[in-house]
Amino acid sequence: MSERARIAVVTFPGSNDDRDACHALELLGAEPLAVWHGDAELPPVGAVVLPGGFSYGDYLRAGAIARFSPAMQAVAEFAAGGGLVLGICNGFQVLCEAGLLPGVLRRNASLDFVCQDVDVRVERTDTPFTATAAEGDVLTIPVKHGEGCWYAGAELLAELEAAGQIVLRYAGANPNGSVADVAGVVNRGRNVMGLMPHPEHAVDPLLGPTGGVAILGSLVAAASRIPVLA
Amino acid sequence: MKATVLVRPKPGILDPQGEAVESSLRQLGFAVAEARVGRVVDVDVEATDPVEARVQLERMCEQLLANPLIESYEIELVG
Repeated sequence: MSERARIAVVTFPGSNDDRDACHALELLGAEPLAVWHGDAELPPVGAVVLPGGFSYGDYLRAGAIARFSPAMQAVAEFAAGGGLVLGICNGFQVLCEAGLLPGVLRRNASLDFVCQDVDVRVERTDTPFTATAAEGDVLTIPVKHGEGCWYAGAELLAELEAAGQIVLRYAGANPNGSVADVAGVVNRGRNVMGLMPHPEHAVDPLLGPTGGVAILGSLVAAASRIPVLA
Repeated sequence: MKATVLVRPKPGILDPQGEAVESSLRQLGFAVAEARVGRVVDVDVEATDPVEARVQLERMCEQLLANPLIESYEIELVG
């Protein structure tokens, strides 16, 4: 570990957890860099976070419009080159709609907006987003979403399970009815992850549970090992 | 050329919104076996050839208007 990890946080119109994400990353020793959705280029960074919120008013389908923003084109290129990208809540929806992550996030089975602490079990630690956790660890992290019901057809789900791409599962009650209790997935290259719980809201004991440290701390550690190309 | 695109949850896909509508209709006293909720998109395509317009609309559906994992679509050319 040498320098502070530089991590970009993208703000779309309607993002509302961007500042919390920056605050949490800073608390965990990284240097957050705010990126505007209109920016066609990313600053030199070791990772990118797509924060929660309601980008583009959730028009059409949650996350469907954000992929057309200049910043997302840059993020897609960054990811294609192996760059680390973490999508939280709306960020997860954006990554699924952009085709960077498998599956889709649908309206909660209950139709209710859920806002509560949930327990998630770490299923895989062979990702840059969970490397500091132990397999089977149960993390308490809040969720707050109306469209968090991750869905994949039986064939796709079996493929993802076999490839170890299901990284987090709800350990207690499933708040949204997602298939196989999935709370977080990675892409095949294991450099892009999305999750519905909000780790950026769970890093400071003053505000409640600190289950988010395992996720964001892993990301910060991984990003700080990556030589940043200017 | 005007068209109406109907986007529906695929058969077998859980549609909680449809279920809520269905139970509400029952509460109003209607005998309803099932209700499913989709989306209508009216598009005015800049094409005069209906075949070309349909090709364009199919691509719109595949790329944006529907999510093929969970939704089916139907294109009606209005003229």
